[in-house]
Amino acid sequence: MSKNNQYWKPQSVAWFFAALGSLFTALVVGRYVPNVQPVNSDYYLATLGIVIFGLLALWVLSVFVKWNLRERLYHSSQLIFAIGILLTVWDLLSTKSGTLQLPFFPGPPQIIEVIVNERGTLLVSSLYSLRLFFVGLISGIALGIVTGVLIGWSRQWNYWLFPIIKLTGVIPSVAWIPIAIVIFPTSFVAGVFLITIASWFSIAFMVAQGILATPKAYYEVARTLGASNRYLLFHVAIPNTVPNIFTGIATATGLSFLTLVVSEMVGAKAGLGWYINWARAWAAYDKVYASIVIMGIAFSVILAVITLFKNYFLRWQRGIVK
Amino acid sequence: MTNMSNTLIEIRNVSRIYYDTNGKPTEVLQNTSLDIRRGEFISFIGASGCGKTTLLRLIAGLDQPQGGTLSIEGQRITEPTFERGYVFQQAALFPWKTVEENIAFGLKARKLYKANKSRVQEYINLVGLTGFERAYPHEISGGMVQRAAIARALINEPKVLLLDEPLGALDAFTRVDLQDTLRRIWQQTGITIALVTHDVDEAIYLSDRIAIMTARPGRISEIIDVNITGERDRNDDQFILIRKKALEKLHLAGEVFRDIRGLGEAI
Repeated sequence: MSKNNQYWKPQSVAWFFAALGSLFTALVVGRYVPNVQPVNSDYYLATLGIVIFGLLALWVLSVFVKWNLRERLYHSSQLIFAIGILLTVWDLLSTKSGTLQLPFFPGPPQIIEVIVNERGTLLVSSLYSLRLFFVGLISGIALGIVTGVLIGWSRQWNYWLFPIIKLTGVIPSVAWIPIAIVIFPTSFVAGVFLITIASWFSIAFMVAQGILATPKAYYEVARTLGASNRYLLFHVAIPNTVPNIFTGIATATGLSFLTLVVSEMVGAKAGLGWYINWARAWAAYDKVYASIVIMGIAFSVILAVITLFKNYFLRWQRGIVK
Repeated sequence: MTNMSNTLIEIRNVSRIYYDTNGKPTEVLQNTSLDIRRGEFISFIGASGCGKTTLLRLIAGLDQPQGGTLSIEGQRITEPTFERGYVFQQAALFPWKTVEENIAFGLKARKLYKANKSRVQEYINLVGLTGFERAYPHEISGGMVQRAAIARALINEPKVLLLDEPLGALDAFTRVDLQDTLRRIWQQTGITIALVTHDVDEAIYLSDRIAIMTARPGRISEIIDVNITGERDRNDDQFILIRKKALEKLHLAGEVFRDIRGLGEAI
């Protein structure tokens, strides 16, 4: 059964409460073991409390809703258990004993505290980064699909454009930073340019390959059904390439995250990359960690959204591909 | 007027040569002539390499002969059109489209879909796929895939339906089932059907005429008329007689082939 393949960890209530117990241990340690470092643990404790409460609420809710909620919870239990232990140990080693020294290795309470205290700056920085990311990635996707289709479909375009893609595609886009900063009027436009070229080539390459690899039988059958050349392109070649488009987008997204952060660290006056660099200059490593945590969350959300799109467009593959 | 004549497709002295990577020629079809009659069910049968698929592809316009001509109702065949529907053995359906969308493909490609939406359901029902409209190709069985492929070709109301071993990859039960469906469709619609197969019983069960083909060079060696009146029963005396005759001819074709090859080696 596919359900059991997906959620194969023991479906045991014991593991679930062990997970809650481990988070609760982190809470108790955070609350009752005295701090050595001058840190306000309140936000950290509140976060832990909310997570424990939330998990319990989901567990209760799973009685009423379908959607494999309980299977998912139980499947994640061992992981949550490990996270609870990790947080406890980390807290003990940093906040509670000072074994991990400040400012370079702050404990979890301090990172949470910084995120709460700096929420305004972090939010604005995140929004700057997201704007840059999406404008760059979307223009990269658009250009990538268009050039990929041209290269895959037409010999002339293939002849002239493919060598350019092959040559410039191997250059890491961050290598263009010095040039981009000089050419473009603002650091935003320069950033968009860098992210665009970072995503453009990987998508164009995948799309061109997909179009070229479309089985001849599909074209033949479509022609015996009355399809024109144009119809073959838009209703056979391109739909057949959609899986490749998403493979390209996945690669492009990773490259874009990298390019985004590096270009913000180097040239920009805003964004999470800039914030990290600025915090480092002040030796505020707790802020560095805070923005890393935010990046982790934001980028994961972006990937999840892309996966949603992918699942929708590739719904016909459900069951073929693992 | 050619339109009024009994002949739908004229194949005249057609030959087709393929060259391998070393430039060595193989004559897959040599000087082949045949008339396909309007409304008939004709089968092409023979060992692999006898050019039966090549002949079908030439009729479809998917391939061009080096010599000779093919025409339909007096018009030269130069490229594929919806008027000659083709069902492939493999890679039949578009995997990203549902059964319904696959069957609607021809209407959409010809911009006739909006005015003829109801036809899609008609053809789904005709091939017995009612209830599977929304399924994707990988979710249904091989037999159902071929049913959908047949409906997709038929929805264009082609002048001829070309079937390239559509049942070749199916198990025996599904195959018999689909043979009945094909026979029913042929009787209901009156369409001309040309079938390539390597199954003698299938050819006899379905056809008016069976063209027996030999390999290297590929050509039609014999045409057998299937004169069975009424329902066809695979264990009926007439059926068995025709099967015997067909197998003899196929065997003979093989003998000739072996002789020629032996002669070639001796020289």
